[in-house]
This record gives sequence, C-alpha cells and structure tokens, in this order.
Amino acid sequence: MTDQVSSDGSTTMELPVYKAKDFTTDQDVRWCPGCGDYAVLAAVRKTLPKLGRRKEDYVFVSGIGCAARFPYYMETYGLHSIHGRAPAFATGIKLANPDLDVWLVSGDGDLLSIGGNHLIHSMRRNVGINIILLNNRIYGLTKGQYSPTSEQGKITKSTPMGSLDTPINPIALALAAECTFVARSLDIDAKFLGEIMTRGAAHQGMSFIEVYQDCNIFNHQAWFYASQKESRPQTTIVLEHGKPLIFGADRELGIRLNGGNPEVVKIGENGVAEEDLMVHDENSLVQASVLAQMFQPAFPEPMGVIYVNPDRPSYESASHAQMQEARDKHAELDLQKLVNGRQTWTID
Amino acid sequence: MESVAIRFCGDSGDGMQLTGGEFTNTTAAVGNDFATFPDFPAEIRAPKGTTFGVSGFQIQFSSQRIHTPGDAINAMVAMNPAAFKMNIAEVEPGGIVIANEDEFTKVNLKKAGYAQDENPLDDDEINRRYQLYRVPISRLTRESLAESGMGSKDIDRCRNMYALGMAYWLYQRPLENTIEHLEGYFRDKKGLPEVAEINVRALKAGYHFGETAEMFPSQYTVPAAPMESGLYRKISGNEALVLGYAAASQLAGTEIVYAGYPITPASDLLHGLSNLKHYGVQTFQAEDEIAAICAAIGASFAGKIGMTGTSGPGLALKGEGMGLAMMLELPVVIVDVQRAGPATGMPTKTEQADLLQAMYGRSGEAPVIVLAASSPSDCFDSAIESVRLAVRHMCPVILLTDGGMANGAEPWRVPDMSTYEPIEIRHPTEPNSEDGFLPYLRDDETLARPWVRPGTPGLEHRVGGLEKEADTGNVCYDGDNHDAMSRARQAKIEAAQQVIPPIEVHGTVDSSTLVLGWGGTSGAIASAVAVLEQEGEAPAFAHLRHMNPFPSDLGAVLERYETVIIPEINMGQLSLLIRARYLKDVISICEMKGRSFHTNELAERIRTIMNGGEA
Repeated sequence: MTDQVSSDGSTTMELPVYKAKDFTTDQDVRWCPGCGDYAVLAAVRKTLPKLGRRKEDYVFVSGIGCAARFPYYMETYGLHSIHGRAPAFATGIKLANPDLDVWLVSGDGDLLSIGGNHLIHSMRRNVGINIILLNNRIYGLTKGQYSPTSEQGKITKSTPMGSLDTPINPIALALAAECTFVARSLDIDAKFLGEIMTRGAAHQGMSFIEVYQDCNIFNHQAWFYASQKESRPQTTIVLEHGKPLIFGADRELGIRLNGGNPEVVKIGENGVAEEDLMVHDENSLVQASVLAQMFQPAFPEPMGVIYVNPDRPSYESASHAQMQEARDKHAELDLQKLVNGRQTWTID
Repeated sequence: MESVAIRFCGDSGDGMQLTGGEFTNTTAAVGNDFATFPDFPAEIRAPKGTTFGVSGFQIQFSSQRIHTPGDAINAMVAMNPAAFKMNIAEVEPGGIVIANEDEFTKVNLKKAGYAQDENPLDDDEINRRYQLYRVPISRLTRESLAESGMGSKDIDRCRNMYALGMAYWLYQRPLENTIEHLEGYFRDKKGLPEVAEINVRALKAGYHFGETAEMFPSQYTVPAAPMESGLYRKISGNEALVLGYAAASQLAGTEIVYAGYPITPASDLLHGLSNLKHYGVQTFQAEDEIAAICAAIGASFAGKIGMTGTSGPGLALKGEGMGLAMMLELPVVIVDVQRAGPATGMPTKTEQADLLQAMYGRSGEAPVIVLAASSPSDCFDSAIESVRLAVRHMCPVILLTDGGMANGAEPWRVPDMSTYEPIEIRHPTEPNSEDGFLPYLRDDETLARPWVRPGTPGLEHRVGGLEKEADTGNVCYDGDNHDAMSRARQAKIEAAQQVIPPIEVHGTVDSSTLVLGWGGTSGAIASAVAVLEQEGEAPAFAHLRHMNPFPSDLGAVLERYETVIIPEINMGQLSLLIRARYLKDVISICEMKGRSFHTNELAERIRTIMNGGEA
C-alpha cells in the first residue's frame, strides 16, 4: 500500500498498489492482431497505476469505431457511447462528478468527423478530461473508407479516383478551439506515450493527445516514416520545454525561426549555432501554432507537449463554483415558498 | 357576466404580452378562474406595422370554472391596423372592439395590406357588426404624459398601459396590482423611477378616460369564481415544469443536471432551471440537441438525475441518444414541448404531433416511458412523476407537453409539498450475486438494473450500446440473448403499469360514447363535454396522461363503449395506437391549426358523431 496524494497535496487514504493487470478485464480483446491499439492499451494500463488515483475513480468513455472498444478492455468504469458524441457524455460525467478521472479514447473518424463539433466545444470549455485521439487516418471498423485525416488523393473503397478533401490538422484544430493541453505521440513508443499521458492527467482542464496509430489492415505503414528507427530521427522532433529544437540522427539539424516562419537548418553550417534555434516554449500559443504546421517532408513532425495553458480553470470546477455561490446566497431553502411564488391569493 | 374573453393585440414591439400578463395577474387577484393564450410570431421584431409582426394575448376569465382561453373574442383591443386585420374575424358579432385610431394612418393601413383609401374603421359592415370604439390612444397617452419631461419614445411605449387602464375600467378591475408591478420592476429592479412613473400615469389616465369619456355605454362585472378553497397562484406550463423539477431534485435528494439547447417553446425550462442552482439543479447549455441528451446521459451514468428538454425537431436529433439510454438502462428525462411541425413548422404554435415520434422515434426496439401533461398546472406533477418513473425503472422517460400549455397560464391551487412522497433512489455499494457484481441483474418487481455510481470501489463495470448479455452486461451477439433482452427491456417499461393509476371516466359514464383525449386538449374536451351536458345528450370522457405504457385498464374501459371518439391536434396518432393495441375502432377528430380545439366547434363535431353523422 502507498499513500494517495490529494489535489491539495495532503496525503489521505492509503492507495492499493496497482499493476497493469489490475486494469485488465476478462474480456477478449477483439482488435486485429498487429493493430496499433494494442500498444496504446498496454501503455494506458501501465500508466494508470502510477497516477495516484483509485481504480474506481477512473471512467473510460468512447464513441464508435475500433478505438472506441477501449473501455471494454479497461477494468474501470466505462461508457461505450454513440458515434462522435463521447465528448458530450464525458462533459456530463464531469459536470455531475468532477472527482472522477475521465479518459476519452476514440478515433479520427469518430472525433474529427461526426464528432467534430462536440470535440471543439468540449475543448473551448476546458472540460477536465483526457482525450486520446487514435489517429490512423482511415475508417477501420467500416472497412477502409478515407477519414478526415486521410491525405488528399487517398484511394479507398469510397474514393476510387482519390479523395478530394483536404485533411484536418488535429493539433491546429485543438489550438484554434482553445484547448489548454495539446500533445502528440506515437502508438509504439510506450514510454514516451506514458510520459505524455502522465502530464496530461496532471493537467487541470482538458488534455488532448494525438497518437499516430497504425491500422495494419486498411492503412498499414501510414506512419511508417515517423515510427521506424531509421527514419524517425529525421522525420520527427521531440519537444522539450525550454530546450532548442534539435533533431536528426546525430542531432545535427535544428529549427530556426526566420521572420516568424520555421526553417530547417544544419547546426554549424553557414554560421548557425544552437543559440540561433527556436527554443520550445510550451506556454506560447504562437509557437504552438508554428509547430502545428510542421509536416513531412518539409519539416520533422513535433512529438511531445506542444502547448499548455496551466491557468484556465476547468469547466466543471467553474460550474460547481457557481452552484456553490448560489447555495451561499440562499442559505435557507424553502421548497414550499419556491412553489408558492411571489404572488398568491387565497380563496376561502 | 359569466365569462369574458379579451384579446390585446398589436405590433411585436407594443408590449402586448406584458399587457396581457398584467391583466391576468389582476384577474387572478379578483378571484376569477381564467385561462390564457399568448399568441405571438416567431420573428422577434418583424417590420413594424406588418401583419406577420402581430402579437396577441388572449385571456378568458370567468365567474365559473373554465378550462380554455375561449373560442370567440368578446372584446378586442387593437393597437394598429395589422393587429385589427389579423384578429377581427375572431371577435363575436356584437363584441367590443377598441381600436387605436391614431395608428390607422395611410402608411400603416397600407402596411397591413388594406387597399388605398380603405379604412376598416370607416367600414359600415364593421360598424354594424361590432361595438366599435375609435380611441386616439397614441395622442391621449402623449397628452397625459406631456408634462413628464420624458422623450417621445419613452412616452409612446406607455400606450399599452393606457389601453390596459381602459380595459381595467371596462371590467372593473383594480389598478393596484399593476401599479405595484410597474414600480417593482422599473423603479426598484431597473432603477428607472421616471419610467415607472409615466407607465403608472398612463395606466391611470386610461382608466379615467373610461370613466369620464362616457364613450362606453356600460361597465361589465365578472364576479369571482367558485373555486375550491386554498392558496392559489398563476402558473404556466413551463413555469410548472421548472418548479416540478426543482421539487423532484429535493424529493429525490439528488441533484438534477439539466442539459439543454435553446429551442422555442422549450427554452424557458433552461432559463428557469438556471436560476435554481441552489435547489440542486445544475444546468448546461450544450452546443446542440444531441450533446444535450448525451451530457444528460453522462450525468445519469455518474449518478445524478440527467435530463434535457426540447421541442419536436430537437427530439428527432435526440433519437439515437435516447436509444442508447434505453440500452444502457439509465434514467434520463426528456421533456418535449411540442410545437406545430414538421421541420421548423410554426415554432410558436401548438400541436400534438410528436406522440408517435416519442413512442417509436428510435432505431430498433427501444421502448421508453411516455407521459403527457394535460394542463399548465399538471406539468408540475408530471415533472415529478417523470423523475420518479425514470429512476424506478432505470429508463428514459419522455414527458410531452405543448406550446399551448407551456405559455398559457391558469390559476393553480398550490400543493402542500409535505404531502409528496420522497423519490427513492438506490446506489448499491455491494456486489449483488455470488459471482460478484452483475450490472444487468434485474430487480424482481421493477425489472430495473442496479444504478451503481462510478467511484464505488469493487463494482467497476462497463456499459455501452452493443447488445448486452443478460445479467453480466458483457458484449453479446447471440440471437437468443438478443431476443430475451429485447423482451426484458419491453417488460421493464410495461412494469411501470404497477404504479400507473387506473383511468378515471367522467361525464355521462353510462353513455354509449366515450370521448378519449390526451395531453393539452384536456381543457377543450372537458369544456365541449360540458356544453353537451347542458344540452342533455352527453358522452363519457376520459383523459390519458400515461401514453406508454397505457394504464392497465384502458382496454377494458374501451370495451364498455360502443363509440370511442378521439380528438387530437394531429392526424390521428393516438387513434392509430388504440386501434393497433386493442383492435378497437375509433373515430378521430383531427385539427392542426396551431391552437387547441375551440369548445363549441368540438362540441358540434362530437354531437354530430353521436347523432350518427360523419366526423
């Protein structure tokens, strides 16, 4: 047993020591063998025991799709809802009981297509939930149509001549929607993903983590460039708050801001020194907006915490503060008086 | 006089709703029975002087018990030609018509669509047909406030109070109530004592005009009605719902989370409940109708009473959410303040055409409990009952009201809150079987599954929209299990019959004809039956508040009558259900005019059917 640390910093009740298997249900996992979701499930099960919360306080919420089966595999409270609406369910849960630790796991079709509106509004409200967007750039459960994050021109069953839509940029969308914690990770990098999730869980208000996830059936190797050992150092850049943006197999490359625009530079060449590089400031919305536009092949794709606003209170805490304010103002409740109203008359 | 129906009508900006509301408050204070009918356009401020910008407020008040705002108008106050044009046809022959003649200018007459050089006030036929009084209300108001030093805009806004003053004189109503309100609102709340002052002066000036101008031949007296003794207040349906849900929260000892999206005519629920946070009502204005029901379900999952309110188009959007709530077997209350549809329809007008949507508007076999309030005041008990049934059976409950009762008001004998039974809610904290916790193990009597709150140690479980295995709630695609679960969910809804009272049959119980109604037409049907009773040959009548499940004795009651007549503000939706369920043929009386039935027309149609004629 270890002590549970409350939000006010005091140690209160003893917390059981959990292991990943304590968060594992007796249900068979029904994802395709080789699916990136397995790695994320393992990372979540491994991370939760370290967060200092009781098992019964976790709620996993999802929409519809492959990723949305997630709650069935977590030995916590869970709600597998309807297509796209998971953020609305999660909002209701947090409003009703802000003490619950609510995690929302769903896919790009669910959260960015049918559920785009709810995602935006839950973000701007800063509802205190942790969203893990499993982005595989394809509709898996309906067998392979292009998704809102699929690259333009994608040939699928529904787009035999190539898709016409410009893909949504989930990070830019989150920033535009005033999300207060925006991060990106990779499905198979369990350690890194665990770290990001741990930070997201500690964040007051919403944390949004886009996870590059491989659908090995319908969109295999979509993220190959970012996940393979050989290419990864050149195609991604790991963000660290207060550190310069450096990447490359020999950490020989960097990102420099030139008139507000990012450019890739080689350290030591043309007089470029480390001091000239852009230094990651995760509290800067302007810098985050720059990072949100960095994509292959022109740029390495940022991994890690892109933006944090630690100050904005969560929606549920603000809602309960209003409830409390109203209660303080009306110390004595009189239901009969309320029902009677202000103007009555008596008939004898 | 026994009963009077008066209508105030004018431009949307003329303050007719306020005028009618004040007349109603005063009417309440003098002890009349009454029923009101606010009739206003969906447009907030349509172009001034046009017919589509006309706003009206009708009230019938009586020395007898009444149930409707009245068929024909006995007296009308028309503030401009457009209002005159839109409402004159509903004034009874010989009825009083007070027209603000100052506004009957060439320009305004043209805006109202009158031909060039046509002024209905000069029309011989109009003058023969009605007691027409041309009163220069605009000028008289200005003159009476000339010394006030206020601007002409403020002064012109007092015209409605001048008109109200005349109406008060005509029907011998005291001014005190309205003066108190004007001072309380403008002076005390808004900090505008000078505005309160000119409104009060206009009101008094109108009253004195009636007294001194010797224009009206007589005043009319409507004595107090023989009401049951007790404490009364005025209540509209939406007000009653707000109070009912606050009361339900208190009776249940559990907070209500109301998630709503603005929609006419249901928005007042969101407004009203937002002001009752101290009574344990948390409100959430969602981004859309779908998010509203989903947030409500999420709140219920977390252990609070989740609810939402809407009107027909919103109910359509909530269909999938309701289906999920049925599958999750969580309590959630959905209020549908019905309006004239389909699509956007006539948002400010009433209808009863969402019954089948409420019954069946979901994918798959997804029965829910459906209630229908029968009057403004009945919304209070219906609200409490909707929560009671939702938590008892762990299922969605749809409460149907309608635009007519939502905004219409009547006197309400305030109930003694100490007489209400608490609403029992159980949140188990221990496993319910030797095999541990089974989230879908049912209660023997109510067939409800246990409502365990997240945060309860040891009872972690998952719920979702995929079909459940009986008892365990695990995902299950087995056909036999699906068949059994579909029947179990249906049986659970039917189990609500245990607590649904038997039908009360009123009127001439041994007649061979039964008039069966539901929802907001209760007042119109009772009034029509009363008309027939005075004539001698009258039917029995009964009114349904429980639409699904029906009361268990409904079939037996229907069997007792040779002829069953069902009046509805739709194309025969209850008729369809009754025929299907009980193989009993019925005769429909259907009308969709954006208002409830007119008493005399309905009586006439029932009489015709009873005499063997066509409906």
